[in-house]
Order: sequence, then C-alpha cells, then structure tokens
Amino acid sequence: MNKKITIEPVTRVEGHGKVTIHLDEQNQVVQSRLHIVEFRGFERFVQGRPYWEAPVLVQRLCGICPVSHHLAAAKALDMIVGAGTGDGLTPTGEKMRRLMHYGQMFQSHVLHFFHLASPDLLFGIDADPALRNVVGVAIKHKELAVQAVMMRKFGQEIIKATAGKKIHGTGAIPGGINKHLTQTEKDSFLNGEDPMNVDKMIDWSLGALEFFKGYHAENKDLIDKFAAFPSNHLSLVRKDGAMDLYHGVIRAVGANGERVLDDVESHTYLDHIDEEVKTWSYMKFPYLKTIGKKDGWYRVGPLARMNTADFIPTPLAQKEFEEFRAYTNGKPNNMSMHQHWARLIEILHSAEMMKQLLNDPDLMSGELTTTGTKGREGVGLLEAPRGTLFHHYRINDNDQIDLANLIVSTTNNNTPMNTAVNLVAKQFMNDQSEITEGMMNAVEVAIRSYDPCLSCATHALGKMPLEIKLIDATNKVIDRKLKNG
Amino acid sequence: MNKITITINNKKIVTESGKSVLEIAKENGIFIPTLCNYEGIAPQSSCRVCTCVIDGRKMTACTTLAKDKMNIETNTEELEEIRSVIVELLFAEGNHFCPSCEKSGNCELQALAYRFKMMVPQFPYDFPARDVDAVNPKIMIDHNRCILCKRCIRRKKEPENPTWFVFENRGNKLKINLDHELTADMDDELAQKAMDTCPVGAIIRKEKGFDVPIGSRKYDSKPIGSDIEDQGGAV
Repeated sequence: MNKKITIEPVTRVEGHGKVTIHLDEQNQVVQSRLHIVEFRGFERFVQGRPYWEAPVLVQRLCGICPVSHHLAAAKALDMIVGAGTGDGLTPTGEKMRRLMHYGQMFQSHVLHFFHLASPDLLFGIDADPALRNVVGVAIKHKELAVQAVMMRKFGQEIIKATAGKKIHGTGAIPGGINKHLTQTEKDSFLNGEDPMNVDKMIDWSLGALEFFKGYHAENKDLIDKFAAFPSNHLSLVRKDGAMDLYHGVIRAVGANGERVLDDVESHTYLDHIDEEVKTWSYMKFPYLKTIGKKDGWYRVGPLARMNTADFIPTPLAQKEFEEFRAYTNGKPNNMSMHQHWARLIEILHSAEMMKQLLNDPDLMSGELTTTGTKGREGVGLLEAPRGTLFHHYRINDNDQIDLANLIVSTTNNNTPMNTAVNLVAKQFMNDQSEITEGMMNAVEVAIRSYDPCLSCATHALGKMPLEIKLIDATNKVIDRKLKNG
Repeated sequence: MNKITITINNKKIVTESGKSVLEIAKENGIFIPTLCNYEGIAPQSSCRVCTCVIDGRKMTACTTLAKDKMNIETNTEELEEIRSVIVELLFAEGNHFCPSCEKSGNCELQALAYRFKMMVPQFPYDFPARDVDAVNPKIMIDHNRCILCKRCIRRKKEPENPTWFVFENRGNKLKINLDHELTADMDDELAQKAMDTCPVGAIIRKEKGFDVPIGSRKYDSKPIGSDIEDQGGAV
C-alpha cells in the first residue's frame, strides 16, 4: 500500500512551505519534496516603478532580513547611477552600508540560532513540542534567552542608526547612503551601559560558540551525521579570498574542495548560474552552468561561506574558523548541522566587524553619495544571512524598472534542502507505519538548519499550521496529524 | 480694513476683515487641517477637510471670509469624524502604498491620517488601475497617489509659472496631465517646486529619492499642525 505523508507547513522557519513524503508498500521512502506553495511576485510588480524606489520597495519581501534586500537593490542601482560595481562608493557610503549589513547579519543569525534552532538542541528533536519552543527556552534557560533578546536588540539598534528604522528603513540610496552616524549613536554602541555595547556582544558571541561546541562534543552523531551529504558550495569572497559579507567576487567549490568558479565578477552571474523551474514548487532551482542541471546545484549560507573563504579578516572569528576548518582537515564541510556552528562564527565575525567600523571616523563625516555615467542595467550581490543574494534590474528611457531578477538566498538552497529532507525522511520514516511528532520534527530540523526564508524565496505569505497525512494507494487518508502554528 | 471680533472655539479674537477663517485661526495658533489649500494659491475648498461649523452651518474655513460677530467651531467631535472620513475615503479611493513612497514622512495626507489616528480605512479599497507618467526628464506623475486637489493646476495662475498641469477627462476618470512640450526643459528648481506643491507623492522629482533620512522628514517628530499649535493660543 503506497502512502503519502504531507507536512504542511514547515514550522520555525520564515515563510510557508510543505513537505510530501511518498512511501511504497514496504514502507520505504521513494520520494520526498519540499514544496514552496505560495507566491507574491515582487519581480513583476516592481516593474514600472522608478528605479530609486527599488531598495525601499523590494525589502518588503521580508521582515527578518529586509536590510539584505535593501542593500542588494541599492548595490544594483549603484551601477545604474554610475557609482561602480560595488567598490565605487565614498568611504562613508560604503562603511555605513557595511555597518548596517553586519548589524543585520548579527541580529538575523541570533534570531535563528536562539529563537528557532536552539529548542531542538536544548530539549531534543523528539521532546514535547509544548516545551520545545522559544518560550521553553525562556523558562528553562533564562540567561540564554535574555542574551538572545539583547543581542538581537543590539543588531537592530545598529540597523536603526544606519537605516533610520529597525525594520524597513531607507538608509541605502542609489550611489551611497542618506545619513552619517552621530557621536551619540557611536558612543552608545561602543560604551553603552552593560550589556548594550559591542564588547559585550563579542563576549556573548564567544559564549554561544562555546555552548555549541560543548553540545557538539556530547552529541557528535547528531551534529556530524544528521543530513550530511556532499555538495558544491558558493559564496562571494573578497578578491584576496577573505570572507566578505558585503561585497566580493563569486567563488564556488566542489564537495572535495576543487574550485568550480573563482574570481567571477558578480555582475556576470548570468554567465555562470541558471535557474530550473519545476512544476511542484514556486521556488526555482539554481545551478552552475559549467556543471549542468543534474549535479550543478550548490549550497549557500554560513556553511558554504566557511568552505569558500580562505580566511576571516577579524582575529577572534579567524581563530574559530581555523578550528572549524581543521575539523574536516581543511576539506569542505558537508554536514548540514554544522551550519549552526558556522552561523555562530559569523555572529562573532559580525560583532568584531561592527566594533571595527564603529571606530572608523568616516562614518561620522564625508560625502554620502557619488554618481557617474548613468547606465541601464545593474546587478547587486551580497552575502545575506541565509546566503548569496542576487538582485538584477534594468530600466527604460523613463527611469522605470522594466526587468527585475531576484535569486534569493534560500532559492539557492532549494536542492540542498530537498536532499536533506530526503535523507532524513529515509532515516526516520523507512519501515514506519505510524507517524510520530518526533519524526515530523526531524524533517523540519533538517530544513531548519538552512535557516530558510521561504517568504523571501517565493515572496510567500501565510500562517503556519503543520499537517501530516498518511494516504494509501487509493488516496484514502489512513493517518493524519495536525498542529496549529 | 475694519476691525472685527469673531469667536473661535469660545475664544474672542479681534482681527481685521478680509481674511479667511483659516488664516485667522492659523494666526491665533489654531490648527484647522487642510489638503487642497496651499500658501500663495487662491483657495478652492475642493477637499473639504477644513470644514468647520460657522454660525451653525458647516462651511470650509479656507474659502469663508470672517465677518464681525462670527461664531466658529473648529474641533468638535463631529467635525473630527467628518475630516477623518474624508481622509479615509482618499486612501480607499487611490493606491497609497506609503512604505515605498518617496513622500512618506513629508506627505500631508499620511500626516493627517496619523493625526486622526487612522489605522485602516473603514471603506473597502477601490484599487483603481492607474498609470505612471514618467516621460518628463525631471519629474514623474504617479496617478496612483493623486488626490485631485488641483494644487498643481491652480499654480498656473501665478504669472511666473506656465500652464504645466491640466485636468483630463471627467468623473471617476478625471486625472491631472502634464504638458510635456512646455515642461521638456524644466530645471531642477522648478521640478522641486512642482514636487513641493503636491501634498502627496503624485509629483515626484526624478533620481532624488529618499535622500532625507528617517527622523529628519517634516512630520517625523511632530504631528502635522504642531507648528501652528506650538505658537500658542490653541483652544
């Protein structure tokens, strides 16, 4: 008797998706898919709008990392106003944007690790869901919960100081930024009352890393083997190979560390990346042209960035990076759960970068914008919390956008997430005739490790109840479990 | 000019004849909301937002000249409700997406909505299909945001300004139109003037978006009308 299991939608991720798992008569998983089921279509309705509106309009894709869309769009428009391809801004313009970006990276990663992922680690994948949530963390691990809230607040205050608002600001404009940092803001971030200062954020970031490493030491099987599979990895890196989350050239490495792409200028991405459309998902499937559709898929995000970068240009994060890379003897790390480890290293790096930038006098004075010869087309890439983000716009004679192409971080991770779902489904559901809550959550844990933003990836909107169905070969529902989001 | 005595919100005010109720209220620190009114342009009373109770009748403050012994109420509960409904209707009738509008923070319609504590219109949105006229090299007209106040059209009566804007069509197809031949050589100063005349984001300068940071925009710190009320005398 064939069965079909549906998990809809997946919980504790941003956005709305569902999973279907098909079992054959011997209760073996034969197919599993992560479907992205809703659609908003920003690429279409930004058409006709004046180009300078794009950074403010398109960031509404998301309430978690709008800064990433805001900055990627602004970077694309830098090309249109003749401000270069990412490195032509004034020192003030670039550094203010970088500060905004690292504040965003910091708060988004903190949100994911503490609020969304940590319940699985602290209480176990199959723990009572009534406890296995952020409220449970607040009750049982109060100190950790307070840190999470305050760290997120710090990142959001940085965003407010640079973008004007914590969510959906207007700071980045084509060719630069619209404000300086004030002395008061600078002082509050550097020397604010405990714990709201950048040194405390660095301390707490180190503490979170120690927490994870301690957990890892005691749970090696889970962290190392759960949803581990080889893949290509792609990210931007600085021209010298350093991790750079704001700007760089495209680099992709294979599962064994071979360079598939290197030193590729970001605005030429279409020469190297294509997207495949499948009928069962609103999310596209990007791949590297040089390898092809079948094997050219790649991972992006914290794990990919650890695998593509040669080093991290801040001392404390570099030390952690070396330990991370040593764990796989310098080879690419293909373990999905290690994304949490990588994410925590990036939290530390972001805190260090914020401190470095806050001490830079260029933030408080200097020209805000620059322009040059106007162009018709612009491409902006950056490393968003969830991975490489592509924004591409073209304008007509009247300054209206007539083409927009967005490849959102989570879209890049489409095939990897499906691969992870398939692996975990087989591991947990083969030979099972009854669904347990723990089995359902195991699938979600695999997806969750990618910190997917499904609303960004498909521009989706929706509530998040979770439903699993067991359907026999005659389409009769033989088991159904539901929880409300 | 003769001295006259009027009463606004139970306060006796001695002033000169020949002024509108709106002008006198403003001089005395009393804010009466407006949308179609603009300093330097003859009033038209098309938006009705400045409606007050004048000698027992509902009349627009911008076009009513004060007379001796006139009794005026500007802020009754009923008037506040009428004004709020007018603003809600304007939001429901057009396509006003404040989050991505360049005029946000400087928009009089948005500022009035905040002042009236409007959360969402009580009327269903019309979502009309309107276009954007972006042919001019200096300004663009976004018909989605136009409230047909005619401030841009009425400016033509000023001798230094040519006839840039005109009305086109009638009824619910009515819209402002820009004369592309006359405005082909518009300079930056005149483009800015056109944008400043518009109370909403319907007339927008090109290539100049969002350069005023949040916090420094006109209505970021204080509600619309505060500048008048801060002069004292509000009753």
